[in-house]
Amino acid sequence: MKEIKAADISAAVARMCISANTRLPDDVRRKFEEGLANETTAAGKEIFRQLIENADLSFDTKLPLCQDCGLAVFYVEMGEEVVVPGGINKAINEGMVKGYQDGFLRKSSCDPLTRKNTGDNGPAIIHMDMVPGDGLKISYMAKGGGSENMSRVTMLSPSQGWEGIKKFVVNRVAEAGPNPCPPIILGVGIGGNFEIAPKIAKKALLRKLDDTHPDAKIAEMEAELLAAVNKLGIGPMGLGGSYTCLAVKIAMAPCHIASLPLAVNVQCHSARHEEAEF
Amino acid sequence: MPTYSLNTPLTDADIEKLRAGDVVLLNGIIYSGRDAAHKKLMELLDKGEPLPFDLKGASIYYVGPSPAPPGRPIGSAGPTTSYRMDAYAPRLIALGLKATIGKGKRSDEVKKAMAGHKAVYFGATGGAGALLSKCITASKVIAFDELGPEAVREMTVQDFPLLVINDAFGGELYAKPNLED
Repeated sequence: MKEIKAADISAAVARMCISANTRLPDDVRRKFEEGLANETTAAGKEIFRQLIENADLSFDTKLPLCQDCGLAVFYVEMGEEVVVPGGINKAINEGMVKGYQDGFLRKSSCDPLTRKNTGDNGPAIIHMDMVPGDGLKISYMAKGGGSENMSRVTMLSPSQGWEGIKKFVVNRVAEAGPNPCPPIILGVGIGGNFEIAPKIAKKALLRKLDDTHPDAKIAEMEAELLAAVNKLGIGPMGLGGSYTCLAVKIAMAPCHIASLPLAVNVQCHSARHEEAEF
Repeated sequence: MPTYSLNTPLTDADIEKLRAGDVVLLNGIIYSGRDAAHKKLMELLDKGEPLPFDLKGASIYYVGPSPAPPGRPIGSAGPTTSYRMDAYAPRLIALGLKATIGKGKRSDEVKKAMAGHKAVYFGATGGAGALLSKCITASKVIAFDELGPEAVREMTVQDFPLLVINDAFGGELYAKPNLED
């Protein structure tokens, strides 16, 4: 068995929370620069200009890229030969709370009915996968409320197939319009069941915006959805243009013979995530 | 694109010259308020108690800023999505609120209230919270401190960059999604 210290995990998690909220990923920045060069509307270009300036300022001042520093979502791939004395969930939670405190990040977690703020952004949302070996990989995503509110899960009928999926995704983006801070990124989960579809949809958002899905058929589906969504003309911040969506990432899983579960996770342009390996 | 520099509190004359698409650089005092604060404002109105600020000519910014680091008046401070305040906005507009600042679409009820009482809806750039914070030169909590990021703050803004999304004449800036096929 390989032992990993809880304190090391907490320290890495705290660092990731602060770093991800003040450093726009390079792949997202490259898309902003592409948008600044190629967007067809002056208003859309101006949004890209502001977003690049915002990213530079955030990196220099350590003010968060966005005041909504999100609920803290973690994807953990933990080797079956790894032990964390004290517990990994506790280590991640402690690191998250410290990161949000030390980094002057906004605490956005509250009671669903009284709306009282928990005060420490807790609890962390942790998705744990046990994998063979003695590795440990933790991915952190800061997921804002505005884009999460525009996300949806639906249970399509198998007869609706790919055309039904496409229609649902395009309509979702059209209805969301300017609300989720376009240009957006879409995580689309196809299959699984009622809880798997949204889980894989959101996890797909960890992929690089400019990667290509290894399955050529899925890569083609991603390109088709991206083109369909960008035909809507919503544009940056809803001001019109060809950059409504920067990338579509699809994840699929086998489903029940009676079902076609579909989840669309909408991610705003402030696509903040980082990972640490031990 | 016309650009106006306006000072708060806003007047009917200010509102009447604005059209969707205009750029406004806003100066003076604005108030932060989002979901939980609006609910509390409604409770005060229901009880006939005074609000923490004068609504006449006021501008409310839908924002829950991140904590201010040492040496800064405020943390990151970009707009939140406005539709969640649609349930409350018409009542406040009828009582003198002149401008709301946020991002995203408004309901027909809010647009009707803006037309009926001369008010506008400004958009600020979502996800540009660090950049927008540069235009906020002072900030203090004036009510509902217990709400943390959702407390009502009095903020002083200087050349705060806004776009008129909905004017008082039914004009709207947002692109309509092209769903023809």
